[in-house]
Amino acid sequence: MKWGILVFPGTWSDRDCMHALTTVLGQSARYVDHRETELSEFDAVILPGGFSYGDHLRCGAVARFAPVMEAVTRFADRGGLVLGICNGFQILQEARLLPGALLRNDSCEFRCEWVHLRVERAESPFTRECRPGQVLRIPISHGEGNFYADPDTLQSLEQGGQVAFRYSTPDGRVTGDANPNGSLRNIAGIVNARGNVLGMMPHPERACEPLLGGADGLWILRSALGTLVAA
Amino acid sequence: MTFRAEVFVTPKAVVNDPQGLTIRQGLRSLGFEGVQEVRAGKYLVLTLESPDRDTALARLDDMARTLLANAVIEDYRIEITAVRETVAP
Repeated sequence: MKWGILVFPGTWSDRDCMHALTTVLGQSARYVDHRETELSEFDAVILPGGFSYGDHLRCGAVARFAPVMEAVTRFADRGGLVLGICNGFQILQEARLLPGALLRNDSCEFRCEWVHLRVERAESPFTRECRPGQVLRIPISHGEGNFYADPDTLQSLEQGGQVAFRYSTPDGRVTGDANPNGSLRNIAGIVNARGNVLGMMPHPERACEPLLGGADGLWILRSALGTLVAA
Repeated sequence: MTFRAEVFVTPKAVVNDPQGLTIRQGLRSLGFEGVQEVRAGKYLVLTLESPDRDTALARLDDMARTLLANAVIEDYRIEITAVRETVAP
């Protein structure tokens, strides 16, 4: 399968994604410049983490107008798998491919640490290899990951099964103490209504080898891979 | 005409504002009493050419909705003043 890894000025997790996909998972992948306008050669695309355009104005606010984003919208509309990680999640929200917004962490601090995520929906294209309620240990690294959506949107996310992951304790309890940034309902990741676009603040690509402290990120990347193979 | 526009972008009233809360706490820690709420937003100053005030306002509103503010979490307010007439050559 061929993966496109989008690179905006200020993207910084692109090489981690490349390493996880190619070296660890044996996939084919190519960096995609933000000025490119066609993604049809790919089976899936990733918007990696970082600080696109210096996070000026708002995280992702400028990146969403990069030429490649029109191609991402078309790719998503056709049902292609789109994974936005951290800054990539912020860009997908600014582009309105995912609902809600990510505010400044409630601590006002940049949080860089390992967290636990409870898998809320195990039948999505990005979680199909997981068990419902499975807990994944994956790192976060962000200053603006405080998920917000208005009450109607929250309700529609919950009812539509669009909450993919919640911050939890290691044994899967969703508590205030397990919430690293103030996200409403401990939401760490959501999918769109169709399920083919996932945005998440934690970094699965940084948790793909025991040497790096854990390999739980592979559950997500392998799920996406399984979806592509089955298609 | 040349206009000077001030754009005030503020978090919506229903949106939690961690920066504002932190600033309020800071003020309280410094002994400034009676501060009930602080909301932290952005203040943008634009200088632009436009044939008239209404056109300038309409363009600024478009800019605010498209880029300057995120309607999911922010409100905005625009104030403009004419700074000079463009002199015909």
